[in-house]
This record gives sequence, C-alpha cells and structure tokens, in this order.
Amino acid sequence: MGDQLSALTTVFTEFYYWVTVVLMFLIHVGFCMYEVGASRRRNHLKTLMKNTMVIPLVTITFFFFGWWIYWALPNGPWIFEGKGLILDGATGATQFGPASEKMGTNLGDRLTGVFWAAFLLFSWTVASIVSGSLIERVRSGAFWIIAVMIGSVTWIIDAAWGWHFDGWMVKLLGYHDAYASGVIHAIGGGTALGVLIVLGPRLGRFMADGTPREFVPHNPWLVTIGLFLIYTGFWGFYAACNVPIISPATIAGQITGETWTATTIYLTPTTLSAITVNFIMSLSGGLLVGYLVSKGNPFWTYSGGLAGIIAASAGNDLYHPIQALIIGGIGIYVAYKLHHWVERRFKIDDAVGAVAVHGYAGFLGVVIAGFMLWGYPSSPFDGFAAINPLGNFIGAIIMFFVLGFVPGYVLAKILNSFGLLRVPRQVELMGLDFRTLHEEEQARQDVRDAEKALA
Amino acid sequence: MTTWAVDLANVGPVYPWIGFEVIMVLVAVALWILWHIVQIRQENEDYAEDIRLYGDRESIKKALEEHPV
Repeated sequence: MGDQLSALTTVFTEFYYWVTVVLMFLIHVGFCMYEVGASRRRNHLKTLMKNTMVIPLVTITFFFFGWWIYWALPNGPWIFEGKGLILDGATGATQFGPASEKMGTNLGDRLTGVFWAAFLLFSWTVASIVSGSLIERVRSGAFWIIAVMIGSVTWIIDAAWGWHFDGWMVKLLGYHDAYASGVIHAIGGGTALGVLIVLGPRLGRFMADGTPREFVPHNPWLVTIGLFLIYTGFWGFYAACNVPIISPATIAGQITGETWTATTIYLTPTTLSAITVNFIMSLSGGLLVGYLVSKGNPFWTYSGGLAGIIAASAGNDLYHPIQALIIGGIGIYVAYKLHHWVERRFKIDDAVGAVAVHGYAGFLGVVIAGFMLWGYPSSPFDGFAAINPLGNFIGAIIMFFVLGFVPGYVLAKILNSFGLLRVPRQVELMGLDFRTLHEEEQARQDVRDAEKALA
Repeated sequence: MTTWAVDLANVGPVYPWIGFEVIMVLVAVALWILWHIVQIRQENEDYAEDIRLYGDRESIKKALEEHPV
C-alpha cells in the first residue's frame, strides 16, 4: 500500500473478492429454496433449518481449522517429496490459523479476510450439495456433523492437494480443475452417495418390485427460483476462483515480460472474459441436452444447465466456447442416464439428483479436461507435470471416491451405529414438521373461536 | 489502540485482547462442541415427544390426511 498502484491493486482485489462473496451467498439462498420446494409440505420447516444452519456451523469450523488445513497440507502431508505440514514461510499455515493476527482486524493485511471468505462460501456450497440429496429422513444433527466434515475438512484437503498453486496433485499428476468440477462437485456428489447408501430411501419411495415412485415437489416455482439463484451465484463462484490481477514478477514463475493478468488458482493465465463466455456456453449446452434427454422435464432441464457448467468447469479457463457447449451437453446426458440407472439398480433415493448433477458430471468433467488439455502446462512454475488424461483420471478418483464417498460412508455408518442418522419411522411418516404445523393450526383455531365469540 | 496519530504503514492488528487469541479460540471451540451436544439432546427429546403425542397408528394416519403427499 506504499504507492498508488499497489494501493489500487490491493483495494481492487479486496473489493473483487468481496463482490464474489456477496454473489455466492445467492447459491445458498438458492439451495435453501430448492430444497424446501422439493420437499413435501409436512417437512419443509426442518428442511429449511437443516440447510440454513450449514452457514454458522461450517463458518466457525472453517475458521477454527479449515483454512489452516488448506495451507498446511499441499504436500499431503508426506505424500510428495517427503515433506510434512507446511507451517512456516510466506504461505505457511501458521499465519492462517485461527489464532493468527492476520485473521483479525489488521491494517497490515487487507486480503486474507476476503480470500478466506471466498473459500468459506465454497465450503457452504459443498455441504449444501450433500444436504439436498438427504432431505425428509436424515436427522438434522447428523447432517450438520457431515456438513462440518465435508465443508471444513475433506473438501479443503482436496483443495490443498489439487486446487493450490503448490499442491502435490498438480505437481505430480498435472491435475487441472480450474473451476472445481472435481474439488467441489465430485467430492460433494461422492460424499452424498456414501451417506445415501447407509441412510436408505424415503419410506414409500420404491414399490415392492423396486420401481421408484415419483415424489413430486410441493412447490415447483420455489425450485425454479432456487435453481436460477444457484446459476446467479455460480457467476460469482467463477470469478472467485480467479486471482483478478497479478504481475509476472509477483508470480515469479516462467512467464516473461511485464503484462499483468488474471490467473486461475494455479496462477496459470486466463481472462475473466473467457470464463464468462465459457460459463454461459456450457450452461446452454446443459440446458439444450437436458431438455431433450428428459423430454422437456423442467426439473432435469434446469439441473441440466447446472450439470453442463459443472462438466465444463475443470477446463473452462482454456476451452473454446463451442467445446464448453458440447462438454456441457455431454455432462448432463451422462449424469441423467447414470442417475436413473443407479436409482433402479441400487435403490438409491437421491431426492434432488445431487449425486448425478454434481458427482457424475463433476467426475466426467475432470476426466474430459485431462484429454482436452493434454500437454498444456499445469503451472507457471518449473518442474510440474503437464496436464494429462491419466493424472486427471486419478484426480477424479481421489475427489469422488477417496475424499468423497469413503468419508461419507464411514461417518454415516458411525452416526447410524449410535442411532443418530435417521429420524424415527413414526416421525418420518407423520412428517418432520407435523407437531409444529398441528400446533399452529390449533392456535389459528383458537383465534377463530375467540373472534366468533366476540361477533 | 489509544490514538490514531500514527503512520498506518506501521500498524498491524488493532482488535482488543491482542495476545489472547489462543484462549479465545479454545473458548469458541468448546462452545461449538457444546452446541452439538445440546442440539442432539434437544433433537432426541423432540422426536420422543412427537412419538408420545402422535406416534400411534391412528394419529399417523390422521397426520397423513392433514398433510398429504
């Protein structure tokens, strides 16, 4: 902040991330509306609270240990080059821990707070992805423990490994996932699938012969607005994944000259303009194919738009818009087909299709990026593996299964063994909100009776 | 802080209780864990009360009539 240029750069960057945080808040508003709209009327209050309380719980735990994990674990620890926790140095975890002076009001540091907040909003999103698939039968207390696990532990480990300029997956595998097809969406879908297997379907969801029954959303308009808000917040998410402006000298890598640029999280150059075009082209590809494959079903058409973006996100920093369009279409086609096959074959009741839209499309997006960007440098620094199909395939496995499915399954098993995972059968049948709604109706009746007596 | 008559280039953290960050974090972590314990207890009591009041077969059927799918 010593001269005007550095002051402007700092304040611009600070404001840039602040704007992305506000935009990304809409993702959570959208998820809440979507889930409430998709649930049945007798469950909507508990459904709303379940996702709302992700906000404070993931926030405080991300402050306690999530942010520290991101900076401490880029080497595994002990996976790459024998290095353990990275605690010291300019990007060491010590200065990003909850007791660090950088985490409070600090006139010497204007960026740590907004950067932390941008990552935090990613954390809410990844927990919300899991939330929707479990509605109407998971206990809120159990979900909140699962939310803390994925929002403040497992996803941020995968970010340290594969979404960090110095992460071991980037160095060793050439892993590239610029807008988080794998590091947020595949892990979210994988975790949801692991929990769903233990949790089981909603009562009555499948007929005796295994045919699924359709549980119709009680308010399709709330679902629609919710998904539009998720789209809107997704713009902010894309912007938040970038470093808005940085000089080659600051990067201190192989880039020559003095041209300042926007970069991805890996510090590889891109432009806000390019990712904006690719975002909307992949959204369009998803919507177009989603409409056709579902024969005009509104729920799957909207979800198709989301799956389209998610499938193209891994490489949307570099794709041509037509490539983003086609990859978006492929993403929802595969996700839609796989969702219905898994539902019938394994009786998995994913209430909002989150495993498909986020998990399968995200996994596929990482794999496709490995082929499409084969040979591109994964980093501006020397000594990193180039982007390649095998590296991204292994990366997709790590995101979906190793850090997604396995922890979700294990934690759900533990919670289930204590009787804490699923609401009691009688309560699920009568509806999670029955007592509240019943008492409210009695209160209304009391007022009506009193008014009649006064008439 | 006792005065703003300073060169801001030399100013770092300005929040109260500088030096007590670890204690503040420990207190907050304890409150977070306590929150989960209290919440799970409340949830258990809530479900038990639901079942006590409306958990018999006839009440559940009536509930389904009041709030159909």
